Amino acid sequence: MPFDKKIKIPNENEYLNCIRCGLCLAVCPTYQEYKNETDSPRGRVALARKSLMDELILSPNLVEQMYSCLDCLACNDICPVGIKPADIAMEMRHVAEQIKPSPWKNVLFGKVISSPDILELVTWPLRVYENMGLRWLVHKLRINKLFPGQLRDLESMLPKQPKKPLRKELPLISRSTNESKYRVGFFLGCAQNLMFSEESAATVRVLNRNGCTVITPKETVCCGMPAAGYGRQDLVIEHAKVNIEIFEREDLDVIVTDCATCGSQLREYGDILENDPVWSEKARNFSNKIRDISEFLMTIPLEKPTGKFDARITYHDPCHLRRAQKVWKEPRALIQMIDGVEYVEMPEADWCCGSAGSQLITHYETSTHVLDRKMENLKSTGADIIASGCPGCQMQLMTGIQREGLNIKVIHPIQLLDQAYKSQDKEG
Amino acid sequence: MDQQIIVQLEKIVGKKGVLTSPEDLAVYSYDGTFEECNPDVVVLPVSTEQVSQVVKLAARERIPIVTRGMASGLAAASVPFSGGIALVMTRMDKVIELDLENSIVHVEAGIVTADLQTHVEKYGLFYPPDPSSIRHSTIGGNIACNAGGPRCLKYGVTGDYVLGLTVVLANGSILKTGGKVIKDVAGYDLKSLFTGSEGTLGIITEALLKLTAKPKYARTALVEFSSIEDASKTVNEILMAGIVPATLELMDQTAINCIEEALHIGLPTDVVAFLLIESDGVELETTTREIESIAKICEKTGATKISLAKDESERANLWKARRSISPSLARLSPNKLGEDITVPRNAIPEAVNRLKAISQKYGLTIVIFGHAGDGNLHPNILFDKRDPEQMKTVELMVAEVFEVALALGGTLSGEHGVGTLKRPFMEKALGEVSVGIQKKIKQVMDPLNILNPGKVIPD
Repeated sequence: MPFDKKIKIPNENEYLNCIRCGLCLAVCPTYQEYKNETDSPRGRVALARKSLMDELILSPNLVEQMYSCLDCLACNDICPVGIKPADIAMEMRHVAEQIKPSPWKNVLFGKVISSPDILELVTWPLRVYENMGLRWLVHKLRINKLFPGQLRDLESMLPKQPKKPLRKELPLISRSTNESKYRVGFFLGCAQNLMFSEESAATVRVLNRNGCTVITPKETVCCGMPAAGYGRQDLVIEHAKVNIEIFEREDLDVIVTDCATCGSQLREYGDILENDPVWSEKARNFSNKIRDISEFLMTIPLEKPTGKFDARITYHDPCHLRRAQKVWKEPRALIQMIDGVEYVEMPEADWCCGSAGSQLITHYETSTHVLDRKMENLKSTGADIIASGCPGCQMQLMTGIQREGLNIKVIHPIQLLDQAYKSQDKEG
Repeated sequence: MDQQIIVQLEKIVGKKGVLTSPEDLAVYSYDGTFEECNPDVVVLPVSTEQVSQVVKLAARERIPIVTRGMASGLAAASVPFSGGIALVMTRMDKVIELDLENSIVHVEAGIVTADLQTHVEKYGLFYPPDPSSIRHSTIGGNIACNAGGPRCLKYGVTGDYVLGLTVVLANGSILKTGGKVIKDVAGYDLKSLFTGSEGTLGIITEALLKLTAKPKYARTALVEFSSIEDASKTVNEILMAGIVPATLELMDQTAINCIEEALHIGLPTDVVAFLLIESDGVELETTTREIESIAKICEKTGATKISLAKDESERANLWKARRSISPSLARLSPNKLGEDITVPRNAIPEAVNRLKAISQKYGLTIVIFGHAGDGNLHPNILFDKRDPEQMKTVELMVAEVFEVALALGGTLSGEHGVGTLKRPFMEKALGEVSVGIQKKIKQVMDPLNILNPGKVIPD
């Protein structure tokens, strides 16, 4: 073993049992772009194995191959042996970080992202940019056309910024508007709070309308996914404990989130803390209560809206919802229950969009290539609206749509239901 | 590798097509077996002309070239034991022309076989060969190994669909052989020489493939038997009745248990033998009638249960199960060696008995499944490479498996190819005369011995 015993490394069986059949290559977005084994799940498993068995040095290039994985989990899903190449890539990032920690990650994931107050403070310029009319001006004067390609794409990735973070506006307890049947905890994710607050406001409204009293704790911290993505699994554990404790205080039937990524990470707390005698049970209980909003709504007697929503709508499966949480029927059902909607299934709807959190920043070329494939599929549907319950996917889709100059709106499925109720109320 | 050669390679295929980092070399060291050896450089060409230039350079510098597609092979044919250039064809993945009037498709060698199928099926056409690696193997690799698959019982193997090839020869010259004609007896059949040559005689860069009309209907049955003999007898009865179903797949209990453990699709784990039978055709009525006739035969030959797939998803599930056998074996042990001996159809029960005896004698599990209709069996030996004792045992067992095949009038390999793993047994299997001729052919085609050296034909 080339590493110190204190370093946490993947279990031997996770990589030794790979029989290298190559089936994962067929579903890997990065392999399909480059047709190069180095960019494939099988290749990443081989690199992990060879570095853990001291046949290769854990070089910066080797670590980079682990970071080039989009963590879309398609390889985990298809492997007939049960190898999880995407998980191995994440674990190897952690190995590298333990050996050679990057101080900036400590600041970003350990301090900034873990504190809602600081995070809201540092993102304040974005809200100023939007709400003081600067963004309008930039687009009006076409200044954005002068930006270099990547910056322009990042600018278009930014959704319309709320005036205030939603955390400041949502009450701790939002009561059901009729007889309260469920006490629902709401995990307000960072991106939902800061970027997509209209969506989460809609989530709470829809829950309230359907017999749910919603508890939104304000002191929750980041779910931990960004830290995990950057090899700081240790910080995820810290975040997990904070969040578990906060929700434990409330007596809740379920804990709902409308962010695919948060949901997938929150569901993992049970596994992450499995061997911690103090936390394992609490963590398991917490994870067992996690539901995606569409998943939860499909299990309760949901009021069918009579309001119409006339549009041709398609749906994109967030990897963290479809594969990490096995939720894919529910959002489709939710969209199709609304009158007026012409639903059209997109080819390769569950193929990654290339967002993977921050790949548009860190792996611009790959990310945009994968996005181009998604855009071709989107165009083939002729849809006016694409729905997807993940802020990362939504931002990536918005970028793609702007790059191609398309007139397609990106929304969260919950907004459709919210809109249909609204138009029903207006008519009523 | 000499930096000057790297520079010249980069001039031919561009910087992005030449990989030399330790990580790149490491991931091009393996195929679908447990063997490994690094190449010295990885080259990813995008045209026949580039391949030709690379080969010319390699010939001048006496650098071995090991060609590969997606490296799903099961005979270590594309493992670069010789070092040198790993020539990766995956970026040559275009459909050059789909000739609808003649039902012929012209493709580059690196296209994934399933992608090729999807493409032609949009036009109502059909490319039948279906190796289990269909989604992760290339047509070039399929041709170089003359790949088979379940459907080959009715439709024939990869080679039966090759009408023409573009091949880069060992001196870099470009050979175009065959064409858009079904009949062609002008001269020796060179395309057949390259089909199954495993990259030792030339580098296949393009292919003209024959297509047929896509069968619109398929009916699939899973039939249970209390003995391999009954299953095998059934296969014979069906074929003797003049029925040629698309597939007649045999799975034994060990195989089914493996699948169940991996996929949990509810297959009975206490049944000794299964046949997975599929009929296909252009009309629903004839297809249904065929599977019904087959069911009747099965009843007479001792089937204990016959289940027909009710819809497409049930059918897809059965095939998913069949395709998953080989990879899911790894759930039982870290390593497996999958052979593909082929025996005359009527020798299947005897072959299975003898394989089981080998397993008992040495104490390592052998899982048995295969294409019963054409006598092609896949005994898979399960072992752990980390245990040197087991490695030795595996070698002894493999030798005995081949003995069984040859003793029953069969052959070493039905569809995987010879590669490195079966090479030591070639003389015994083919005889001195045949191997002698093949050595001479290799000598003529590749006098410098730079094309996949050390594979297929013994030194």
